[in-house]
Amino acid sequence: MDEPVVECRDLTKQYGSLLAVDHLNLTVHKGEIFGLLGPNGAGKTTTILMLLGLTEPTSGSVRVIGLDPARQPLSVKSRVGHLPDQVGFYDGLTARENLSYIAKLNGIRGKEMQDRIRTALDQVGLSDVADRPVRTFSRGMRQRLGVAEVLIKRPQLIIMDEPTLALDPEAVREFLDLIRRLKEDGITIMLSSHLLHQVQAVCDRVGLFHKGRMVLEGTVGELAQRVLGGAYRIHLEADGGTALDEALRCLPDVVQVTRDGARTYHIEARSDLRADVARAVVEAGGRLLALSSDIPRLDEVYTRYFQKEATYAAAA
Amino acid sequence: MQQQPETLTLGRQREGSPWTGLWAVVAKEMADHLTSVRMLILEALIILTAAGTVYAASQSLRDGFGGDTFLFLKLFTTAREPLPAFVGFLGLLVPLLGIALAFDSVNGEFNQRTISKVLAQPIYRDALLFGKFLAGLGALALTLTSIWLLIVGMGLLRLGVPPTGEEVVRSLWFLLVTIFYGGVWLALAMLFSIVFRQPATAALASLAVWLFFTAFWGIIASLLANLLRPVPLGDPLALIDQVQLELALARISPNTLFTEVALATLNPTVRSLGLVLPIQLHNAVLGTPLPATQSMLLTWPHATGLIAATIVLFALGYVLFQRQEIRA
Repeated sequence: MDEPVVECRDLTKQYGSLLAVDHLNLTVHKGEIFGLLGPNGAGKTTTILMLLGLTEPTSGSVRVIGLDPARQPLSVKSRVGHLPDQVGFYDGLTARENLSYIAKLNGIRGKEMQDRIRTALDQVGLSDVADRPVRTFSRGMRQRLGVAEVLIKRPQLIIMDEPTLALDPEAVREFLDLIRRLKEDGITIMLSSHLLHQVQAVCDRVGLFHKGRMVLEGTVGELAQRVLGGAYRIHLEADGGTALDEALRCLPDVVQVTRDGARTYHIEARSDLRADVARAVVEAGGRLLALSSDIPRLDEVYTRYFQKEATYAAAA
Repeated sequence: MQQQPETLTLGRQREGSPWTGLWAVVAKEMADHLTSVRMLILEALIILTAAGTVYAASQSLRDGFGGDTFLFLKLFTTAREPLPAFVGFLGLLVPLLGIALAFDSVNGEFNQRTISKVLAQPIYRDALLFGKFLAGLGALALTLTSIWLLIVGMGLLRLGVPPTGEEVVRSLWFLLVTIFYGGVWLALAMLFSIVFRQPATAALASLAVWLFFTAFWGIIASLLANLLRPVPLGDPLALIDQVQLELALARISPNTLFTEVALATLNPTVRSLGLVLPIQLHNAVLGTPLPATQSMLLTWPHATGLIAATIVLFALGYVLFQRQEIRA
């Protein structure tokens, strides 16, 4: 787990006067699914292009699978798969022909190529339509064909840019399943997306980009801890009066208690306090009616972060 | 800081050959060209004109016009009302073919959003661009060569005499020059396909250049010559000067180069493509054919000119393509 697949140190990219990526430090480990978040223009795509060696960094260093993409682009690109947003195909050619062109560009030929094409088509579930021209494909099928093109080179790292944009919910579900299966095969995945609940559903760790910097990095729980203050939100319904308020506030790790109406409480805490809350209610002589907890949502982290950012900017 | 010198020296090197994946690109593009409807239409057009003009020419030759030497070459150059000669048509159709093969080669990849995908494969941009160019040139050569063979076959059938070695050498040289004449337009259309994001714009720009050289450059060259080297009354040397300038200017146009090559290669009695003064013809036996090698020597500058123009246009496109930002 500790072997870094991607390592950026003080990575900087300047387009004229615009600082697209500003001293970025990023490490992605083997077998991880890492989510890149952030508003448009935050530097996600530029970072991806630098990882692939399609753009040269202004300063700083990048290592992808231990290689420098600017100096050894061919080795990097033969080990790293890239799925651009709205991936395009040669519409007049069939799925199989599109795949074989990509295979040949990777120097894979003959029987090996046929085998790999068959496996890749199986993996994404397109074997039945392999000989149909791509122009007849739906968005979801095209997206899966894009993954097949990436799988053909048996990559160690796959970088996906907005992979679930414009897919219908069923296609999204299938796509996320596919990503999880790839992770089981030991492939490291980086994906950028605006669809936060999807990112949360598959990613082990996420990094939040803002103005060319990675402002937050960690698991969703860690991010929630830092941005929302409390990572756990507990909803409690109990009869207990003001004594209960006090008792709840005195629990360790509680950040905030708000009462909503006569007997509904919202508790923000740094750890999972459900058992302690239940005990506190009982000890305070109250009647416990309902107790539930929210998993922190990435949407909330994201929105809250940028709200705070806006207040700081306004203050400054 | 200690690593600075190392990264500086190594940063200049690129790993591997720039031609990695070249043949995969060539094979795919060739296959695209040969199966595209666009190419089929143009090929049909060229074959029809070839059949029509060469049939008409052979009819004239059977009727005994044009003497009895170099009959095969006359298949290309003999016109019979109302059709012009085949070379005349080639001058128009070959640029069209070259443009049709390349006007959407690079911007098409952008519009289909395939460019970022292809460049994310382990190849360099060099291979993509050069592969596209080679495939275009290959398709052009294939089309022209098959038409050449068709004409030879038709000549055999209709005239009943085999071509002499001399005629074969001349017509092959003409074929080679025709391919590079097409190459100029291919490289131009490819350059425009890099510059313009819309294929239609690139096609129109290429056609505009073609029309400019075909229809207007001759007039402009003569106007310029008149302007730059005015001829005072009764000064024959100034007149020669002016004519020579006009000729030099006219030869900037690939059409002029091609027409002159066609003239000198397919017509062995043409001995010079410039101005010939009566004094230079002193003691010359007029109307005697030149050997093939001499005709080739005569058109050598034209051929190198066409090849050089192709290379310059390709190099220009190459530089622009290397600097292009690929975030589609």
